[in-house]
Amino acid sequence: MSEELLRIDDLHVAFSTRRGMVEAVRGVTLTVKAGEMLGLVGESGSGKSVTGFATTRLLDAAGRVTGGKILFRGQDVTKLRGDDLRQLQGAAMSMIFQNPRAALNPIRAIGLQIADAILTHKRISKDAARAEALDLLRAVQIRDPEARMDAYPHELSGGMCQRVMIAIAISCNPALLIADEPTTGLDVTTQKVVMDLLADIAAARGMATILITHDLGLAARYCRRIAVMERGRIVEEASPGTLFSVPQHGYTRRLVAASPTATSRIEDLVTEEERERYAAVLGKPRPALAHGTPPLLEVRKLAKRFDQGSAAVTDFSMTMAGGESVGLVGESGSGKSTTSRMICRLIDPSEGDIVFDGQSIGHVASRDFHRSPLRKDIQMVFQDPNESLNPRFTAFDCIAHPLMRLDRMRTGEALRQRVEECAERVGLPLDLLPRFPHQLSGGQKARVGIARAIACRPRLLVLDEPTAALDVSVQAVVLQLLDRLRRENDIALLFVSHDLNVVRMLCDRTIVLRNGGIVEQGESRALFDNPKTDYTRKLVEAIPHIETGPTLAAAL
Amino acid sequence: MVMTGLGATMARAGRRLLSSLPALFGVLVFTFLLMRVLPGDPAVFFASGPNAGKEEIEQIRKQMGLNKSVPEQLVFYLSDIGHGNLGRSMMTGQPVLKDLRERLPASLELTFTALLIALIAAVPLGVVAALRPGSVVDHGVRLFCALGVCVPTFVSGLLLIYVFYYLLGLAPDPTGRIDVFTSLPPQRTGFLSVDFLLAGDFDGWWAACKQLVLPAASMALFVIAPLARITRASMLVSLGSDFVRTARSVGLSWRKVVVTYALRNAILPVITIAGIVFSTMLGANVLVEKVFSWPGVASYALDALLSSDYAPVQGFVLLMASLFVLVNLVVDICYGIADPRVSIE
Repeated sequence: MSEELLRIDDLHVAFSTRRGMVEAVRGVTLTVKAGEMLGLVGESGSGKSVTGFATTRLLDAAGRVTGGKILFRGQDVTKLRGDDLRQLQGAAMSMIFQNPRAALNPIRAIGLQIADAILTHKRISKDAARAEALDLLRAVQIRDPEARMDAYPHELSGGMCQRVMIAIAISCNPALLIADEPTTGLDVTTQKVVMDLLADIAAARGMATILITHDLGLAARYCRRIAVMERGRIVEEASPGTLFSVPQHGYTRRLVAASPTATSRIEDLVTEEERERYAAVLGKPRPALAHGTPPLLEVRKLAKRFDQGSAAVTDFSMTMAGGESVGLVGESGSGKSTTSRMICRLIDPSEGDIVFDGQSIGHVASRDFHRSPLRKDIQMVFQDPNESLNPRFTAFDCIAHPLMRLDRMRTGEALRQRVEECAERVGLPLDLLPRFPHQLSGGQKARVGIARAIACRPRLLVLDEPTAALDVSVQAVVLQLLDRLRRENDIALLFVSHDLNVVRMLCDRTIVLRNGGIVEQGESRALFDNPKTDYTRKLVEAIPHIETGPTLAAAL
Repeated sequence: MVMTGLGATMARAGRRLLSSLPALFGVLVFTFLLMRVLPGDPAVFFASGPNAGKEEIEQIRKQMGLNKSVPEQLVFYLSDIGHGNLGRSMMTGQPVLKDLRERLPASLELTFTALLIALIAAVPLGVVAALRPGSVVDHGVRLFCALGVCVPTFVSGLLLIYVFYYLLGLAPDPTGRIDVFTSLPPQRTGFLSVDFLLAGDFDGWWAACKQLVLPAASMALFVIAPLARITRASMLVSLGSDFVRTARSVGLSWRKVVVTYALRNAILPVITIAGIVFSTMLGANVLVEKVFSWPGVASYALDALLSSDYAPVQGFVLLMASLFVLVNLVVDICYGIADPRVSIE
């Protein structure tokens, strides 16, 4: 098993953009042995995906290999053309992509798509190809494969689509499989099932795999060797154990620190210098609530049914005190986003009531809630910082908009001061205020989103997966920011997330949802350390923990 | 699976048809009122001559029912429509229904042929442009499309006549659907090219096709641009999509990637645009019909409008509105068949 399958030697890849050539990969050198699973870890823009695409020759038209070699079984992939290249693609190496639903042809039955891949490399009849496709669907453990052969991608779940994608990728028994963020966007439980399947298939067929991911925990769980990339270079390469216990490079150290684990605390996530402001707040004791203070938010037997009939949420009740943070977790489809939107009064509940600060707001139509004086007390931070900012608004306009609408402020000095104060509070440099969203980084956009939400000094902030689209190091800073804001201004946080490690750190209490109902709730640490229901236990076990990683990888 | 998909599409089409009935009624009333508002008195126009007496004009007016109030006229009109009677044309002296039935096939044949020519030209042009964006080919296609849109159809029609009839002598003289010496085939579909084929008269078929090519081409030139542009745009999106990357990653042949994966997805918006283009062409081809003396419905309606002949104009608008609904329906069904995602909505 020590045969060298792939050797990338001083690879350089550049993209031609409007601002000239930009180097995405600058001198990557790595080797993959036959049958091995290598983790390629890095944050967005580190060049890890580009390295993968260069290897499978799938770079965009704008991208070009400007230097170095990619030797696959001694043959330089970068120099292949025409038929030689097609012999390689699919047959010798193949790829699995990040967004499985988009990666499949939406108007072609999945059986045909698998057969297409088979027929490209084997001279067999269409019926034989169909039979092989059916076998492959069985191999990737799709239930009822005969019926699924004629299904279209939109009729399958994300996890199922990724299995189909795996079936296509392994259809011609390639020697190398490159998985580019194969489980990003899937639920933790689905992620575990898909990754286990991928690891089993790779082991059974002796395929070497490069797992490209931003998730250190995931890489640690499945790979024996991890290469860490930063800005187009590999900064460190080691076994997971070494990487986590004695990270050598400064970047690896930051990355390891920022990755949330079962035991990490928010203050541990970032390095010393970034911690200062947070530490100042942390020292202050929180004023104890006067006895008998009514809860800030009380939700009674909330239910939501959409037109199709089945209930998205049933019998949901909870209370929240001022300044408290509560996590709402569950798989996709569990109703957590629907619940949070009802509480924000963006959609109307079918039944039940919401009482905010002693006033019933459940019956105010969501259409009219913007006129309610309570609108500015309940604000929301949305999942995708790219999509939730108006592209024609500058950062200043974004933050000023709620102030003008809800606080009736006019353009002028006072407004400018308030906006700058908000930016200051979320740590957004003031010189970024005149910029448009596309001129800001992901973390900066997240800060604008949060500044907009806290502009009117709300008492309850509902956050729908606010860090899901962010890199771990940015996530760490944003989490710390949120916790600081909560402590400074006594804002209650309702935190919707599928990332249990994050919820464990940030939230005092956690509510676990499944199929629209509450499965379990309680104090966060106790709930995760000692789950009472099987469902919660399954969720907790599915999170790839850095600590448990090496033992599992060693067992393989 | 397939049956349920088709069934759902049909049910959707049925609902669409029902929901378009109020719109049709609105069109009916609106054109009726519009005709009454337009200047020009049909009674004066159809009186025996410029020096017809007042009594004579009154007489005609009474005969035409124009002495009644507008709401009364509307009620009569609607009840006539309900009985399938579109009225009588003062110009031709025939029932409007009969006139339209004679002329509609000519317009439809012309429009269908034009759309076919446009699609055959536009889709490959769009695909070629999308495969090499920014190249000489792409710019060439853009220039061609711009020219097609800039030049009005009557100018391009006259140019085509000048080149192919006058200079080269390849085309027959542009006077209608068939030259006067050819005997007409028995009428079955009303489409001359089809009727000739059914009658087994290949010389006649060839003659009819030759008459058809120039007007159809000059109409097609005008609509190639939108079709080619939409093909190019959606093909670009399609080629840049993740599933095309997947297809390339497993080494599918270039043909399979471009045709089966990219083009089949890219053709969906083209279907919608083709439907809109068809409906527009049907009404807007009056200029081409005039230039080539084509006996179609559009030139018939224009003549009627100029002579304040109410019934044909109203009949024409009703016909166009119904055709528009029908075309949209066909587009819906085509879309439902081409895209399996539609039926679940």
